[in-house]
Amino acid sequence: MSHNMLLVFEVTILVLAIFLGFEVISKVPTLLHTPLMSGTNAIHGIVVAGAMIVLASGHKGPFIWIIGFLAVVLGSANVVGGFVVTDRMLEMFKKREPPKPSDE
Amino acid sequence: MSTNLADALYLIPIASFILALRYLANPAHARRGNQIGAAGMLVAIVVTWIKAGGGSWWALVIAMLIGGGLGAAGARKVRMTAMPQMVALFNGVGGGAAALIALAELHRILPPPGRPTWDVSTAIALSGLIGAISFAGSLIAFAKLQELIGGRPITYPGQNVGNIVLLLALVVFAVLLSAGVQAQWLLWVVVVGGGLFGVLFVLPIGGADMPVVISLLNAFTGLAVAIGGFELQNNVLIVSGMLVGASGTLLTMLMGKAMNRSIGNLLFGAFGQVTAEAAAVAAGDGGTVRSANAEDVAVMLAYAHKVVFVPGYGLAVAQAQHDVRQLADLLESKGVEVSYAIHPVAGRMPGHMNVLLAEANVPYPQLKEMDEANPEFSRTDVAVVVGANDVVNPDARNNQGSPIYGMPILNVDNAQAVVVLKRSMNPGFAGIENPLFYNPKTVMLFGDAKESITKLVADVKNL
Repeated sequence: MSHNMLLVFEVTILVLAIFLGFEVISKVPTLLHTPLMSGTNAIHGIVVAGAMIVLASGHKGPFIWIIGFLAVVLGSANVVGGFVVTDRMLEMFKKREPPKPSDE
Repeated sequence: MSTNLADALYLIPIASFILALRYLANPAHARRGNQIGAAGMLVAIVVTWIKAGGGSWWALVIAMLIGGGLGAAGARKVRMTAMPQMVALFNGVGGGAAALIALAELHRILPPPGRPTWDVSTAIALSGLIGAISFAGSLIAFAKLQELIGGRPITYPGQNVGNIVLLLALVVFAVLLSAGVQAQWLLWVVVVGGGLFGVLFVLPIGGADMPVVISLLNAFTGLAVAIGGFELQNNVLIVSGMLVGASGTLLTMLMGKAMNRSIGNLLFGAFGQVTAEAAAVAAGDGGTVRSANAEDVAVMLAYAHKVVFVPGYGLAVAQAQHDVRQLADLLESKGVEVSYAIHPVAGRMPGHMNVLLAEANVPYPQLKEMDEANPEFSRTDVAVVVGANDVVNPDARNNQGSPIYGMPILNVDNAQAVVVLKRSMNPGFAGIENPLFYNPKTVMLFGDAKESITKLVADVKNL
């Protein structure tokens, strides 16, 4: 794929992701907005994948190695912390009798 | 692993993240959704591991163990009431990682004859800038919520102008970077300047508005990650980051709507600053405050027909959710109709009170959202305000000089009587006077919310 085609393709999925994000989130009741914020927080922990790619190219110089290492540390903290915090919040909602349907 | 195969496998995490968000629409499935998301993340990490290949694998393991260990320890130890600052912190480190990736990518590409194409250098400049803003801004939000620095807005003359000039300068540097002045120092300027902007941008925002700020910074991190996907030609970063960017933006707008304030006003209004005028108005009709002891309040509650609890951040601070539940159960056993009125921005995050009351196993049907709760107050004998302040402040309806004028509130002053549980007469986190406390219908029960409620439980039992 030529570079420009790749770029157009990437922008396309970016725009589709925007619409998808709006669509999916608008169905979440206020009741769950805190776990939602925390859950999306965990999802952007995907940055760890980017950080891993950087660290994997760390043989190209100590600067990249150090920065990549730090980025993986931060990214992993984001992923693990994000999912664990969200799980702890949602755990409280789980053991309940069926909730009343959201009324918005 | 070939890039094509990796890209195909990346569809698994992408689909699982979308499912995770969809499952969040219902409390019964929400936890499953989060687990699906976590499983998808694991797939993404394994695929990336295999794709990126062997170099410095031990460094990867060590870095992941350090980061994951810190994240897990923090997430496990934090008390439910301190969740908002924990979310801010995890959000910040994500943004920091995005900024670091930008720095490393430019460094990797730059040595001659390397020249990044314009789109890659634009992505590097933007994700460096936005990631740094998110990192520094989140740390300040964390420090404010953790009360390491004061929750009150910090303001000085020319603040907004200064911030805008700084941001414009950073944008100019970013444009230079993408236009071909490709030097590592320029990106450092953008990243460090972005961090400075993040600090200056969050400092003037009052503690009561931190939920909105965290939500916005969450969107920023998502955006920085999505843009990072353009640097690395990585679809999973683009889609996942942008999902978060879009959802964070929508959530921020919903919260602005709940407070009836534009996002611009929230971010640049230095909210919570008591204007001289509003303070004068409040002082003018000051009146007197009636305080009561627990026995009196216990009698009021036990002989009421209908009692509505209005929880706020004070409930979270005092960890009083279980005690409130106990008091409510006791009152119900005496035939009192009990419900909880939840303001959408009570606490430090949207839905913060729902999480706490869920922890105390309060039955969902007793939780009333604002639109449902407000018409009920005129039929309510006693409204019990537990550590809430701004969300029950009648100035939002009546006093045009008040900084919260126009914000929808819970109209507790329509109830026959109001009991306010509060630590002292200090104005709340936002620093705004509340005429509700001077209302003749209102009695104040001073003290730590948990202790007060415990006393009430004992006194109601003794009746």
